[in-house]
Amino acid sequence: MPLITCKGLTVSYDRRIAVSDVSFTVDDGDYLAVIGKNGSGKSTLIKALLGLVPVQSGTISFDGIKQSQVGYLPQQTAAQRDFPASVYEVILSGCLNSLGGGLFYKKQHKELALKKAEQLGLSDVLAKSYRDLSGGQQQRVLLARALCATDKLVILDEPVASLDPVVTAEFYDILHKLNRENGVTVIMVSHDVLGIKQSATKVLQLDTETAYFGSFEEYSNTETGRQLLGGGADV
Amino acid sequence: MFDLLQNLFSYTFITRAMIIGVLVSLCAALLGVSLVLKRYSMIGDGLSHVSFGALSIAVAFGWAPLPVSVPIVVAAAFFLLRISENSKVKSDAAIALISSSALAIGVAVMSLTSGMNTDVCNYLFGNILAMSNTDVYISVALSVIVLVLYILFYNRIFAVTFDENFAKATGTKVGYYNMLISFLTAIMIVVGMRLMGAMLISSLIIFPALSSMQVFKSFRKVIFSSAILSVVCFIVGMMISFYFDTPTGASIVIVNLIVFLGFTVSGKIIYGK
Repeated sequence: MPLITCKGLTVSYDRRIAVSDVSFTVDDGDYLAVIGKNGSGKSTLIKALLGLVPVQSGTISFDGIKQSQVGYLPQQTAAQRDFPASVYEVILSGCLNSLGGGLFYKKQHKELALKKAEQLGLSDVLAKSYRDLSGGQQQRVLLARALCATDKLVILDEPVASLDPVVTAEFYDILHKLNRENGVTVIMVSHDVLGIKQSATKVLQLDTETAYFGSFEEYSNTETGRQLLGGGADV
Repeated sequence: MFDLLQNLFSYTFITRAMIIGVLVSLCAALLGVSLVLKRYSMIGDGLSHVSFGALSIAVAFGWAPLPVSVPIVVAAAFFLLRISENSKVKSDAAIALISSSALAIGVAVMSLTSGMNTDVCNYLFGNILAMSNTDVYISVALSVIVLVLYILFYNRIFAVTFDENFAKATGTKVGYYNMLISFLTAIMIVVGMRLMGAMLISSLIIFPALSSMQVFKSFRKVIFSSAILSVVCFIVGMMISFYFDTPTGASIVIVNLIVFLGFTVSGKIIYGK
């Protein structure tokens, strides 16, 4: 069942066409890796999916979920590094989209936040300050927050960019488990081959236009795929 | 101590300034936490200079100061916000540009009309005698609005302050909350700058938030601590100013500075960094 269908999507960013005529579908349960060089439009595509930047032409349609019911894990901003907020406060803020017109979090929201914290192994650090956590823990907190906003689809923008290899591998394991065991659809922008090889079921390679879109297996047999994945046709 | 207080409040103008100051400090602290964390600290400084320019023009033409400066400062606040949202323009440079231009226009207008007299000094550094009953009403209304909105929208303000993109992606109208914060900041500055002075009002926004962030680690605690610190520093500064005959605005800023240094040191001792 397609969760997201993009047709002929064109998006401008800073008065320049960043994404041009890109079409793809994401099915329920997919693990889509969005790859490409710097400036190839990956982040812009994600922002368009989330409704953060206006679409110039083409369509994005969501089936079975609303655009606001997406768990987004943005690139970290400088402002967050010294932000005084407890881990619990950050995770709970993921429930914002289920408040509707309400103003305050109810018992079910608080329970959900605690549950997601436990699922990601954060129960011990709930009262700690977000800024005092390690990079890996911070990403897990943001993932827990994203999972409070949805149980269907998470979109990650270069989640491992600032993590060391061990923590990166741990983070990929968590994503893998969420995707395969909990049926969470994953869309991940990444430069990092490791996570793609381990889990991706589909690949979208961007170079402003679509350079490749299809299953991971087919991609690993193409020329560029073989180059990028290090001859890993038998992943 | 009781005698001192009784002595202090026997003057109507002091009572008036106290009410306005406490309420303005409270609002400044609440708005300040968001502004500092969103890296908008300098907006307060820019707006106070715009307010100075607007006030001096109003005085030169003999208009009532508040009805002239409120709309101008609110417009400037929205403009500065738009600039900071547009990543193409460097917002710190834009704020410096606007703030020094407004200051220059204000000073020029004043020297052409009334001359560089005590009025200029009052606007730049504050004067508790300048507060009228209208200011009392405005500051009461403002603080009630800020408090109610802050409590009602607390969760959304947190989300928007911590991560604008996430809040936007999950369907929060981020633009409205940013406009709300700028609007309230603008009003707060217009009311507060006549007490604190255009040069010093931005300290009310920045100091309490920054001091609290040195020690407290959750958003809720930082908010409460800022509100309390801001009001306490204001009252202490006011009393110092009264008994030692020092300028009010400057005394309050110095108390805030001492508290900030104290909190920084305590933070380092507690967390050992």
